[in-house]
Amino acid sequence: MSEKDIIICRCNDVTQKEIEDLIDQGITDIEEIKRLTRIGMGPCQGRTCIPLVMRIIARKTGKKIEEIPVPATRVPTRPVPMGVLAGAMNNEE
Amino acid sequence: MRLNEHPILNFQKRRGKKIKIYFEGQPLDAYEGETIAMALHAAGIRVLSYSGEKHRPRGLFCAIGKCSSCLVKVNGIPNVRSCITLVEDGMRIERQQGKEEIPKTVKPPQWKDAIKVEGDVVIIGGGPAGLMAAINAAKAGAKVVLIDENPMLGGQLVKQTHKFFGKREQFAGVRGVKIAEILIEQAEKNENIELYTETSAIGIFQENDRKLVVAIRKNKELVEFWGKAIVVATGAMEKMIPFENNDLPGIYGAGAIQTLMNTYGVKPADRVLIVGAGNVGLILAYQLLQAGVEVKAIIEAMPKVGGYFVHAAKVRRLGIPILTRHTILRAEGKEKVERAIVAQLDENWKPIPGTEKVFDVDVIALAVGLRPSIELLHQAGCQIAYIRELSGHVVRRDARMETTIKGIFVAGDAAGIEEATTAMLEGKIAGISAALYSGKSNISWLKEIEKTQKELTEFRSGPFGKHVLEGIKKVMVGEINE
Ligand SMILES: Cc1cc2nc3c(=O)[nH]c(=O)nc-3n(C[C@H](O)[C@H](O)[C@H](O)COP(=O)(O)OP(=O)(O)OC[C@H]3O[C@@H](n4cnc5c(N)ncnc54)[C@H](O)[C@@H]3O)c2cc1C
Ligand code: FES
Ligand code: FES
Repeated sequence: MSEKDIIICRCNDVTQKEIEDLIDQGITDIEEIKRLTRIGMGPCQGRTCIPLVMRIIARKTGKKIEEIPVPATRVPTRPVPMGVLAGAMNNEE
Repeated sequence: MRLNEHPILNFQKRRGKKIKIYFEGQPLDAYEGETIAMALHAAGIRVLSYSGEKHRPRGLFCAIGKCSSCLVKVNGIPNVRSCITLVEDGMRIERQQGKEEIPKTVKPPQWKDAIKVEGDVVIIGGGPAGLMAAINAAKAGAKVVLIDENPMLGGQLVKQTHKFFGKREQFAGVRGVKIAEILIEQAEKNENIELYTETSAIGIFQENDRKLVVAIRKNKELVEFWGKAIVVATGAMEKMIPFENNDLPGIYGAGAIQTLMNTYGVKPADRVLIVGAGNVGLILAYQLLQAGVEVKAIIEAMPKVGGYFVHAAKVRRLGIPILTRHTILRAEGKEKVERAIVAQLDENWKPIPGTEKVFDVDVIALAVGLRPSIELLHQAGCQIAYIRELSGHVVRRDARMETTIKGIFVAGDAAGIEEATTAMLEGKIAGISAALYSGKSNISWLKEIEKTQKELTEFRSGPFGKHVLEGIKKVMVGEINE
């Protein structure tokens, strides 16, 4: 089966395989996975993907979900069509 | 395709004026009062955008504004959530290609132009929890402002065509849609409640003893809602699961399918496979049949059906097979779902080779659970915890629904996944508590809070409630009210 077609982050097109590969390389910190793959940084702000990523980390490392910190939620928490606030509150680091 | 005949709902009466919209230059019929995604779906359009990196087709998923899977360009402006944006005559809609910039000619609204609205209590979310919070905060003496990002108030209730279970005399046996109508009418009639629909809260801030909710109205206006207390009743979001091609257009959350057929009268599909045999999956199967859709099967990974026996028995009687210990392996189709491949699971939850079955369906419904929508509370700085019994991360709060930030309250599915009755009771408690916090109410209202807390405890005394109570114990700060 083609793991590369299992999409975890719809907003930024990140697959299960890409995340598992990072974990296999020893990168298990969710913030670091976020920086490297841009999961959670799309217009939905990770609402779809972060829970899935946490489950992958839990499954592969044996950690409990409770032990995995949730990445920060930033303003705006919803996609903003007009580019409003783009300067004042940019959430891309 | 649109639904014209339905045993419970009358869409011909509900639809507004017929208008024209343009999709990729092609004219299409639409009706006033429906959202862009609904009109496009009715015209057979499933692909709403292509993703940025891998150029994969994408369509609807949640249909309530939460997943951002339905972004389109409207009159040249990208990032418009088509599922909650109403059609307008002459609107030009195009598929979005990944991330797109706003045209140079368009001037985004400025902070200094933001409209300012003042109240004692600002409520985010107009589902059963938010509406009850508004009605009761207003009764208790507060000036209330309620905002909701959907064009219609009522939250998840507006799509529940079935009669409600539960033992509360007031609403048991009443259809969800009807409960929504009753609450909306009460809120609309109350002079102390101001209602803003099509208004998305995007951030919560604090300035001295005042709180600010920043929102975007109708995709273009910046609005500042100021108040002393805030109630967050933002509901829940549907869960996604990993399987091959799980982003193919036509893989919809159960709630999205209900929105299509029960709220807007659009036939969601011809043939459906449902993933998940909890109450939501079972009820959905039944509602799909009412809308004239064929349900091929319901698959469930667990060894037994999760939903109530009565619902399962009804579904089986109607001839829909329920395959337990089965999972979905992949969706297939070119630009949209054409087939679903499922397989049986062994004791270790691994698919058993050779047990694959193919279902020719055009929609796959995911009824695999909901998760509390806590993003605003998290952004505001409220403490959160992962509580399995409440279906995900939730905020810590006390028996009056106050979070770890004074003056910010939570209610309904956002506080933990339960059901409409508990959402309404929690909403009432949060609303009165917020009114008290704002200083506009008097302590005689504490009695009403206590009474409602008792009702909640009573309601949760059943087997399902026990599980929830375990979870609530874990999130509670301060004294536990039982
Ligand atoms: C298929 C199905 C069947 C069900 N059957 C039953 C049943 O028989 N009995 C029962 O008791 N319950 C039932 N429920 C559950 C019930 O519908 C929910 O528990 C209830 O609607 C939760 O209410 P709520 O007010 O917390 O959230 P919701 O009803 O989800 O309302 C939340 C509102 O907040 C708005 N919102 C969210 N974020 C923002 C934002 N940032 N800015 C502005 N607005 C925002 C949304 O637009 C929405 O209108 C069922 C649910 C489903 C899916
Ligand atoms: S799905 Fe990952 S940010 Fe939206
Ligand atoms: S935001 Fe529109 S489908 Fe989820």
